[in-house]
Amino acid sequence: MLPIEIRDVTLNYDTPGGKVQGVKDVSFTIAPSEFVCIVGPSGCGKSTLLNIIAGFLKPASGEIRIDGKPVTGQGMDRGVVFQDFAQLFPWRTALGNVSFGLEMKGVPKEEREKIAREQLRLVKLEKFTASYPHHLSGGMQQRVAIARALAYNPAVLLMDEPFAALDALTRDDMQRLLADVWRETRKTVIYVTHNVAEAVYLADRVIVMSPHPGTVKLEVKIPLERPRDPLSAEFVEWQKKLLHHLGHEAGGDDMQTNG
Amino acid sequence: MQEAVSIPVSPAPETRMAERLRVFARNAFPFLVVGTFWEIVARSGIFPRKLFPTLGDAAHAFVDLTAAGILPHHAIETVLRLVTGFGIAAIVGVTLGVLMGRSRRTEDICLPLVSILAPIPGLAYTPLFLLWFGSGEFTVIMLVGFVSMFPVMYNSWTGVKAVKEIWLRSAQALGADNRRMFRLVVLPGALPYILTGLRLGLAQAWRILIAVEMLASVNWGLGWLIFGAREFLNTDAMMAGVFVIAVIGLTLEKFVFQQIERYTVVRWGMVESLG
Repeated sequence: MLPIEIRDVTLNYDTPGGKVQGVKDVSFTIAPSEFVCIVGPSGCGKSTLLNIIAGFLKPASGEIRIDGKPVTGQGMDRGVVFQDFAQLFPWRTALGNVSFGLEMKGVPKEEREKIAREQLRLVKLEKFTASYPHHLSGGMQQRVAIARALAYNPAVLLMDEPFAALDALTRDDMQRLLADVWRETRKTVIYVTHNVAEAVYLADRVIVMSPHPGTVKLEVKIPLERPRDPLSAEFVEWQKKLLHHLGHEAGGDDMQTNG
Repeated sequence: MQEAVSIPVSPAPETRMAERLRVFARNAFPFLVVGTFWEIVARSGIFPRKLFPTLGDAAHAFVDLTAAGILPHHAIETVLRLVTGFGIAAIVGVTLGVLMGRSRRTEDICLPLVSILAPIPGLAYTPLFLLWFGSGEFTVIMLVGFVSMFPVMYNSWTGVKAVKEIWLRSAQALGADNRRMFRLVVLPGALPYILTGLRLGLAQAWRILIAVEMLASVNWGLGWLIFGAREFLNTDAMMAGVFVIAVIGLTLEKFVFQQIERYTVVRWGMVESLG
């Protein structure tokens, strides 16, 4: 597993109204196997930052290093899960979707299907290997997306609000499942969310960002024992603490505590 | 964990049988109404019987012409022209359309041409083609290919443009190079539109083909059968020809396009089933 360094990353957006700063001088490091949540209100650049780490966007200045090597584009050392359910390929079955990355790597058919089956078992979808995405519920589609990102065994999993479009009950299930998957695989995870409870439930460390321009406001370690109980007094205490940090921001209103 | 999965439930055999009968009755009803009306007019003597045959006469002509091998010969010639002409249009149209969607330069060159040429009714080109290429087989096929190419091209181009950005991103993140991105993501992603283009193209090809068979000097073909029968007031033969045209059209739709769609885009949930 590889450490990630983010050093003075800045990115500007060109809009009709002129240059808008997306993120400015963002720096932090992530330890191997660490689960980091990036939290902040809309417009704080958290998704932009994730896209830079994924290699979809090039920073104007600064750099990102994974295990010392600078990131210059997409790479098989990172797996990405998006918010949009449509990220799956509708013309491939769940199994076909999950084996896509392995196919690109040139893994022979039999082996990649074996691995894909294991990944689907990990997200509890072993019964749905032959289903096409449109026959799966939103939560199941997101689980396939997670299995797909994990299948070619990247060191880092990048997740951009993957459960934000799900209903509250399914989201709780998914968070539990992701915590289990993480415990089993020990991937480094960078997880973007605007849901404070989700961050407290999942993260080893929360990075709080503030908008205009997007900067890191502070980092908070969450020392709670796992598995975490969202109803315990300490959990609620941490949630309050985090909300308090966010509450000072202008965009603090759109932060969610739960659901 | 909550699993919401739709599993198609197959009803008991007897209800399925009843259901089929009902669907058949529903489909047959309008034909029954039109047919009855036709018979009333044909037998009323408003038109001479020679010009407005009864359905019985037309059926008789159909059976006779089929038994004599004349109708099948006409039909085969027409279908061969359709397949050749439309086949060329499909290959060239999909290739150019996809290229237009992928390369900016091809788009800049082709799009204005397509925009101007596509809406022109195919029949308008016919005299030119007849002068340039003679009034034989070659002209017919060229014209069918040329005219039906445009909808294929246009829709393939739209399809490539409509491929979802998130599919491309996902594929990129999963390590797809350009070549495989094209084959495994762009082509299947554009398939619903490409199929629509082929369907529209085939309809165009069908129309222009029957019309050109009337104008070019070909010895066989359903268009020619219908047109030639006019000379001898063989309206029953004309109706038999029209009937065959309808049957071929319906067959292509039901057994070619709907089948292709059922095994691809409908199965993938990318378009709703129409059948």
